Amino acid sequence: MEPPENSQQYLTAAEAGLVGCRACGTVAPRGTRVCPCCQSRLELSETASLQRVWAWLIAGLIAYIPANIYPMLRTVTFGRASENTLMGGILELLHHGSYGVAFIVFFASIVIPIAKFLAIAFLALSVRKPPTLDTHGRLLLYEVVEFIGRWSMIDVFVVAILTALVQLDFAAAISPGIAAVSFALSVAFTMLAAQSFDPRLMWLAEKRDES
Amino acid sequence: MNLDQIIACPVCDALHHDQDVKKHSTAKCARCGTVLAAPKSGAMTRIAMLSLTALILLIAAACFPFLALEAQGFSHRASVLDTVMAFSSGPMAPLSLATGFLIVLLPAARYCALIYTLAPMAIGWRPAPQAARVYTWAERLKPWAMAEIFIIGVAVALVKVSGLARVELGPAFWAFAALLVVTILTDSAICRLTVRKTLKIRSSGQSEI
Ligand SMILES: [Zn+2]
Ligand SMILES: [Zn+2]
Repeated sequence: MEPPENSQQYLTAAEAGLVGCRACGTVAPRGTRVCPCCQSRLELSETASLQRVWAWLIAGLIAYIPANIYPMLRTVTFGRASENTLMGGILELLHHGSYGVAFIVFFASIVIPIAKFLAIAFLALSVRKPPTLDTHGRLLLYEVVEFIGRWSMIDVFVVAILTALVQLDFAAAISPGIAAVSFALSVAFTMLAAQSFDPRLMWLAEKRDES
Repeated sequence: MNLDQIIACPVCDALHHDQDVKKHSTAKCARCGTVLAAPKSGAMTRIAMLSLTALILLIAAACFPFLALEAQGFSHRASVLDTVMAFSSGPMAPLSLATGFLIVLLPAARYCALIYTLAPMAIGWRPAPQAARVYTWAERLKPWAMAEIFIIGVAVALVKVSGLARVELGPAFWAFAALLVVTILTDSAICRLTVRKTLKIRSSGQSEI
């Protein structure tokens, strides 16, 4: 398929006085609230979409701070208690020589969340300002964020499994720390932020900037 | 202009004529490249069968013993249910509920919704009542169904306890590992807009696309 010369040649549903469904592609006259085909909500509003994105993103950021400060795990071995934060758990894995697993956890719990905060903020800002990355590039970024974001949940599951498994009375017992809750919330909030972002806004802005 | 014959790209809002696409070829949006139609022969049957397999694996994974731990004469078994209940005491009960939803209930709900929508079409019947609406829910649940992420969490947890104790893998572990593969196969077989179009055509009474 030929790459488009410019976006003026494409007529969009919004310009034709219609509204398209993000779930199934059905078009309906503008003002229709619910898709006649799949009953999804029909809406193409820059303000509403971006407000939701920022609200969920800020909630995700706030929840991410205690997730890094407070302990994820509390281990009691032969009466000695120790607490592990997110970063502490990764350092311990490195200490044991499990470099591969340490890398996976580091990537899922530190790199992905932070990259996701930055990527969503960049996408939301780029709708209003002339972007530095072309629309195809930003669409790819959006798809990567949507695909990879949920994998951050790995560390929460690790805490759940360890707590369920390591219950050996006196020898060793593991219990979850408060950071597990705030980390899970942070992942859920940023997933909601990514879902609130309507990619059609980027293409709308592209056409507006060109004309 | 008949609104039934045009579709708007869900990603960039460009209008396209909703042409019939030949089997095993792909129609992409000319503006942004999003796949608009990718009909394959037997796709509905394949998705329905994969969803059924995944559902059975999920039930097996939730029922059978999962992992067992042994150290210094102590031993402890854990099922997936125990893992879900790991946070159940104290202030972390909501997280327990969330884990149960993410790794068992939501994946199960998603596969049930897929079977409900696609199985009647796979055997050539008309779609079940409200099939379009149920399919919308299957799509919405997709990011929150995290059974395949859970198994990676298990792998990490196994490495963490390997120095502490000996771990035995139960049948539920292998059920989850198989579920990871089936989930990937299901997701790659589904083309959202093609399912939608088939649903629309089948419910309006035509038998063949
Ligand atoms: Zn729709
Ligand atoms: Zn498009």
